[in-house]
Amino acid sequence: MGRYIAHRLATTVVVLVVVSFISFSIMQLVPGDPAIIMAGLGASGDQVQRIREQFGLDQPFMFQLARWYGGLLVGDLGESITLSRPVIQALAERAPATLALAGVALALTLAIGVGAGVIAALRQNSWIDRLVMAIAVFGVSVPSFWLGLLFIIVFGVMLDVLPTGGYAPLAEGFTAWIKSLILPAVSLALLQIGLLARITRAAMVDVLQQDYMRTARAKGLPDWVRIGKHAFINVLVPVVTVIGIIFGLMLSGSVVIETVFAFPGIGRLMANAILTRDYPVIQGGLLVTAFAFVLLNLLVDVFYSWIDPRIRYD
Amino acid sequence: MTDRIFALFRRIGRNRMLLAGALLCVVVAIMALGADLLTTRSPVRTRMRDAFQPPSAQFLFGADQLGRDVFARVMFGARLSLLIGLATVGVTAIVGTLVGLASGYFRRLDDILMRLMDSMMAFPAILLAVGITAALGPSGVNAVFALSAVYIPRTARIVRSSVLVVREMEHVTAARALGATSRRVILRHVLPYCMAPLIVQLTFVFAYAILAEAALSFLGMGPPPPAPTWGNVIADGRDYLREAPWICLFPGIAISLTVLGLNLLGDGLRDFLDPRLKIQQS
Repeated sequence: MGRYIAHRLATTVVVLVVVSFISFSIMQLVPGDPAIIMAGLGASGDQVQRIREQFGLDQPFMFQLARWYGGLLVGDLGESITLSRPVIQALAERAPATLALAGVALALTLAIGVGAGVIAALRQNSWIDRLVMAIAVFGVSVPSFWLGLLFIIVFGVMLDVLPTGGYAPLAEGFTAWIKSLILPAVSLALLQIGLLARITRAAMVDVLQQDYMRTARAKGLPDWVRIGKHAFINVLVPVVTVIGIIFGLMLSGSVVIETVFAFPGIGRLMANAILTRDYPVIQGGLLVTAFAFVLLNLLVDVFYSWIDPRIRYD
Repeated sequence: MTDRIFALFRRIGRNRMLLAGALLCVVVAIMALGADLLTTRSPVRTRMRDAFQPPSAQFLFGADQLGRDVFARVMFGARLSLLIGLATVGVTAIVGTLVGLASGYFRRLDDILMRLMDSMMAFPAILLAVGITAALGPSGVNAVFALSAVYIPRTARIVRSSVLVVREMEHVTAARALGATSRRVILRHVLPYCMAPLIVQLTFVFAYAILAEAALSFLGMGPPPPAPTWGNVIADGRDYLREAPWICLFPGIAISLTVLGLNLLGDGLRDFLDPRLKIQQS
């Protein structure tokens, strides 16, 4: 297992170095002079020149790249243009809201996705099974931001029971906090719930046909031990492997969902940065989310190799 | 021969997902191709007198804040959104297949290509597309470029894993022993075996691309307004949820039905092209 982890760590480091390079290169894709675009319309030549110097855009490519990697080592992602503070600070301020949103959405996904998948597998080909699978297929076909808008119309405007946007930190009380999270979290989770329900169902159906399940039945074990212990633990293996993918989908979705719900998280920070051409924030946001995604996948793989020793190849 | 064609149609007929998916896709294709015939109104001409008209016989899907006919915008939106989706599928298919074949067949390239693909996949899908379009500027062509960058690594991986299996098969060894060039072996003996999973994957890429393009447009990163992409129409209606919910409602339904059709088609094709998978799953 030590060798497997060492190998996984080594490839992760390579991936992180390349990921940083790609985040840096985004700026090189900007057509024309990024300094002029960042300075905005109507900026004077002096202002453009100041931005060019401040961001080292007048320096050679290799120098800029070295500066970028050097900054990464000490946690410096550069300065935001519009927010007049370090990018890392702007991201840190927005992180709690995004983490709360992703956490609640992940909890919903796991509870509902796994639950629905198990129920569907236990009642194969019944109307419940068909209903769950139909909802799962619809769930992966509906755009999450549109669903969020529908929720705002129904629960925010027509029924007027939930806030239509914004985020209430936990310090303002649990009820306000959870109320501000319900609509965005459900919109964000729906796609992944469908995905997870399908995966769980397939895994459960597979497990139920195994010989040891027949043995457990022959031994006369009660249903809750057979299903709840013998079957369920083995269903968790494929579920754990997709948690990384689910987290990635959530980070993706959060850009749009946070915009829909005026939610002060990292996603909306990036969406705003795009509109104001605040490239350092875009680069930093990309880098931080990709790092989080890569490290989570590393954790998932290590955990996976621990619960299922067959995975440690080589 | 006719017997075989009948047998083929019977198999398609039994695959209900394939049928339903294909049917939905045909409906959307008709919307896209026949937009000019289905409506006589312009999707971009504004007429303030008609602003916020609710759905009626005259305005099937209502009118938006500038008095544009939402029905016309959704029909022409089908054309634009499908075009961007198809272009993404095309670019992804060509580049993804080339990378997958190269990395699976020429083992020396494998490490470098796959680390690069892994790194591209390390960015959450829409975020990478958003980052690229943010740099390049919002336009339809740039959206295609950005979305292709997202789906090429995923497609290359699938092609590569097929190649790794096929290259060990006897007919490939035989072709090599007979002195066939690498190009001939790859094109004639390896590629055909990769087609089934590739076609299934591309169907799903089409579905994801439609969803992602809608999200990009909604964020203002797609073809700039007044271009009638589905995402743009939803973004237009966003500020008028209270007064005119129909502006958002109909393009969202169009997106959902299109993506549903493609997802069903992909699932159906998977069962159809590789019946073994179905047995394993159920």
